[in-house]
Amino acid sequence: MTSSATQGPPRDGATFTSVSVEVRDLRVSFGTSEVLRGVDLRVERGQTACVIGPSGSGKSTLLRCVNRLQEPDSGDVLLAGESVIATDPDALRQRVGMVFQHFNLFPHRTVLDNITLPLRKVRKLARDRAEETARTWLAEVGLADKAPYRPAQLSGGQQQRVAIARALAMDPEVMLFDEVTSALDPELVKGVLGLMAELGERGMTMLVVTHEMGFARQVSDTVAFMDRGRVVEAGPPEQVFEQPESPRLRTFLSQVL
Amino acid sequence: MDVLTTLARTFFDWDYIRAVLPDLLGTGLWNTLVLALSSAVLGTVLGMGLAVMGLSRSRWLRFPARVYIDVFRGLPAILTILLVGQGLAQVTRPLFGYNPYPLGILALGLIAAAYIGEIFRSGIQSVDRGQLEASRALGMSYAGGMRLVVIPQGVRRVLPALVNQFIALIKESSLVYFLGLLASQRELFRIGQDEAATTGNLSPLVATGICYLVITVPLTHLVNHIDRRLRSGRRVAAPNDPDGPDGPGDPDGRGGPDALAKLNLTVAKEPA
Repeated sequence: MTSSATQGPPRDGATFTSVSVEVRDLRVSFGTSEVLRGVDLRVERGQTACVIGPSGSGKSTLLRCVNRLQEPDSGDVLLAGESVIATDPDALRQRVGMVFQHFNLFPHRTVLDNITLPLRKVRKLARDRAEETARTWLAEVGLADKAPYRPAQLSGGQQQRVAIARALAMDPEVMLFDEVTSALDPELVKGVLGLMAELGERGMTMLVVTHEMGFARQVSDTVAFMDRGRVVEAGPPEQVFEQPESPRLRTFLSQVL
Repeated sequence: MDVLTTLARTFFDWDYIRAVLPDLLGTGLWNTLVLALSSAVLGTVLGMGLAVMGLSRSRWLRFPARVYIDVFRGLPAILTILLVGQGLAQVTRPLFGYNPYPLGILALGLIAAAYIGEIFRSGIQSVDRGQLEASRALGMSYAGGMRLVVIPQGVRRVLPALVNQFIALIKESSLVYFLGLLASQRELFRIGQDEAATTGNLSPLVATGICYLVITVPLTHLVNHIDRRLRSGRRVAAPNDPDGPDGPGDPDGRGGPDALAKLNLTVAKEPA
């Protein structure tokens, strides 16, 4: 895996090396409130799963358990059958890329340094190799000319694409997207979603928490509807959007569509 | 008229001032700067340690940092200087001889560390939690994320408060004279005070005051300058940054290279 990090993105049309994700009976409580009450979810290798649902339903917490930014009280997540609980968190996080709602780029460093910093400090690449990889990825997300700028000098959409490039440069096997377009101006959303759709097509396994129903419907292989800490309904998008079974999902869809 | 002449002679007697200037500039200024700078370095290093301890998840690190800061912030500086400077002198005499400077610097540094520790802690705490999360999500350790991402941002935000602390240190360094100084060890205040005592005139102390102001006033304005920059959102650029302070800063943050290209174009065309 480490060697491929130096090679940048897969060449024209080639696919990512990704793995399946299986969430098993995941439970998390904050104090007395149960945020996840036994969540199960399976994403096949190279597929995209969108998690939808009202705010406070535990979508983000679920995502954060996959790379253990949140430690579950019980249950487990399996990456290609391997338990994440049994994996060292720092090693685990090198295999799992994550993109956040508020980008979380490092404002005191240039766009290029944002990508080379983890490559150099975590992947231990030499500076020139790290820069080469970073520039390849920046070109891949269409921002090759932004390398010397500070994040604050870019638009929100550009910042989010840098954040995606930063995660991809680490050569992950799974990508987590946590409401990545929620903080963007409407006209900037499309570019980010388009990039994500392209990653899906190229075989990246993706877990996407989103409020973009159009994206969920068009791009995902599986849609999971969460409410109050449980996956209430999951299935292919046609089924979830066209023939919702549970009343709660029907109510939710009638409110957001 | 008589009153004015008396006051002028008391505070601004040129002969007395001229007599004390060589000592002030030749000996005092240097010694004051040595005391202030050395203790500032010591205080900054210790202060960073205290800040990191204070932010730790372990109470066994937080508690000692808390106690240290409470004690050294709560004591009068002069008391700490006397306790450390005289109390430890017996022990350190084989090392330093009768030079009170090392212990004076230690005492000043210990006091400064308490204040600087709190300054750093507040700065580091003000950095968005998402920064550490993003670092961790990229596979960095807690220590790595703090060192490479969080602390550099936190320190930048408290630079004004930090420079204020350095100014305080320059002034407090005068208290070291309580430890007893040889003629060559006298700093600004001691020289002015000695001269005032022997001449019975306050003009040497006025000259001393001016020496302090020559150091502290530019520093105060440096603080204001940094503060204004941080407020206006213009980043204080590191020297190796391609987009330094005169780089493509655009107020709405949307310009990027195009804005720079336009700017350069306009400037280049102007002479023609």
